[in-house]
Amino acid sequence: MPGGAKAHLLELQNVRTELQLRDGVLTAVDCVSFHVDSGETLGIVGESGSGKTMTALSILRLLPRSGRVTNGQVRFKGRDLLALSEGEMEEIRGAEIAMIFQDPMTSLNPVFEVGWQVGEPLRLHRATGGRESMSKAVEMFSRVGIPEAARRVSQYPHMFSGGMRQRAMIAMGLSTEPSLLIADEPTTALDVTIQAQILELLRTLNREFGTATILITHNLGVVAGMCERVVVMYAGRVVEQGPTRDVFAHPQHPYTWSLLHSIPRLDDESGKPLRPVEGAPPDMLQLPPGCKFNPRCPFAIEQCSKEEPELLPVKGAQLARCWVTQAGDELTEPGA
Amino acid sequence: MTTYVLRRLLLMLPVAFLVTVGVFLLIHLSRGDPALVLLGEDRSPQAIAAIHHELGLDQPLYVQYGIWLGRLARGDLGRSVITHQTVSDAILERLPATLELGVVALLWSLLVAIPLGTIAAVRRGSVADHLATGFTVGGVSVPNFFIGIVLIFVLSVSLHLFPFGGYVPLTRDPYESLRHVLLPAIALGTAGAAINMRFTRSSMIEVLNHDFIRTARAKGASWRRVVFAHALKNALIPVVTVVGLQIGGIIEGAIVTETVFTWPGVGRLAVESIFDRDYTVVQGIVLLAAFSYMFANLLVDLVYGWLDPRISYA
Repeated sequence: MPGGAKAHLLELQNVRTELQLRDGVLTAVDCVSFHVDSGETLGIVGESGSGKTMTALSILRLLPRSGRVTNGQVRFKGRDLLALSEGEMEEIRGAEIAMIFQDPMTSLNPVFEVGWQVGEPLRLHRATGGRESMSKAVEMFSRVGIPEAARRVSQYPHMFSGGMRQRAMIAMGLSTEPSLLIADEPTTALDVTIQAQILELLRTLNREFGTATILITHNLGVVAGMCERVVVMYAGRVVEQGPTRDVFAHPQHPYTWSLLHSIPRLDDESGKPLRPVEGAPPDMLQLPPGCKFNPRCPFAIEQCSKEEPELLPVKGAQLARCWVTQAGDELTEPGA
Repeated sequence: MTTYVLRRLLLMLPVAFLVTVGVFLLIHLSRGDPALVLLGEDRSPQAIAAIHHELGLDQPLYVQYGIWLGRLARGDLGRSVITHQTVSDAILERLPATLELGVVALLWSLLVAIPLGTIAAVRRGSVADHLATGFTVGGVSVPNFFIGIVLIFVLSVSLHLFPFGGYVPLTRDPYESLRHVLLPAIALGTAGAAINMRFTRSSMIEVLNHDFIRTARAKGASWRRVVFAHALKNALIPVVTVVGLQIGGIIEGAIVTETVFTWPGVGRLAVESIFDRDYTVVQGIVLLAAFSYMFANLLVDLVYGWLDPRISYA
């Protein structure tokens, strides 16, 4: 990395992604900067429409037809992915960076054998032959805990349950042993019991393969259990990031604070009512001036509706995009 | 799979029975009198009655139908009223020419439709897409005899690139045979090509929006590979349905084309027989057309199973 002491595996700098809609240009991702180091697991949390998935798709340049990254850099192993040709990008996808998606029911092609699909990255990137890729698929099936792997590879997706399909997707992603795996809400579409199994599998494989993982989720519990660091997104922006432990213990952005206070806890005996995040998610085509969270923020001060704060170090290793905490004030229960 | 085919063939029997009733009624309600054709100038009532008696036309309709069905069950389509050749011989003699024309027309329609439809879908809104749409509108709205006449005029008469009509059996001279079949096949297949192209395009557009296409892209597959290796097999499923209808319709489509190109196939035999009031031959040909629809349907269902593993024959 030019001028940097240590090179990150992946580093986003000021990435902006725009979608051309009928009603105008929607900035789905704006001023997004974060990094991922080798072997670590980074969580990205935020509500639907906060730009998590668009950020991931921007990294791999898999945006829908209407989407375009209009600003910033995505540096992966020192190369700017946004400057690569489509052919060079194809060599990175599936080989260096793999991605698994939210809905395993629709992410596999219904008319091809699952083993054929799982072995495809190897055939594409490692010049593996057809038969060899099938035996590798059998091996990967066993590693991700699909029983009767040898028989299962020649079955079709409709013969797999949701959990098994997601396992197959993970097998597909990891078959080439990429350095980075992006998992976009990998458990959202699954039953709760299966969710835990898939997360456990991801954790184990992350350790075994040493693959860095970006885990996109709207579930704070998943982040707490899986990720060393977390990035919180709101309205297409990173509003807070830092070590998971610190962010959960003392959030430095009111949005994170509100999210954490909206989670019911079994061990909470105080009987206090839950505090949902007030207001509605922002209209991405008509964002408010100033801090994008200010209309819903219980801590907002006058400055918040006038000027948008930057993402700056606030406390320890935590960064936040908030005038209040940047001024050194604590976020405590309003009225307390 | 074998049991499935057998079951399907068995299920065809009741349909086939209904088809024979339909064909028989249609022909006998609409036919002119073959006696008039046979007799020429001498049209005395006695002569007409004699011929009616000879052909069994003086019997009640249900008796005539019973006799015909009974022979049919034994594989006997009867004899031509005019030439006395057996109907099956008359049809079999003409069938190779029609099959050659039909197969080449079908190949032409698919070779045009699938690549064009795919390109139009991938490059939606591009010049190629608009040209393909123009081709569709033209292909469907211009009748195939007109396409035939234009092809003959431009490529045969003016440019001397192709012979204008006639048939050379494939077994005698494959090259000449193909040269002769090309223009009628294009005339016959273009409307189908236009429809198939439209189906391929819309089906491909839909398939390309599926999540599994993004998965394939995320694996590092190139666009070309995504389209042809991942999407096409999915996109062909609806196309197979219309192609099946076209296979069934080859004989009826060939009627006009074969006449324009003086192609000695079943279609022209049908036209000649209709003019001659040769109702036994017409019956045989209509029956053949109906059966080819039924077999095309079976074929379509089998191809579905091959394209889409979710369809099972159990």
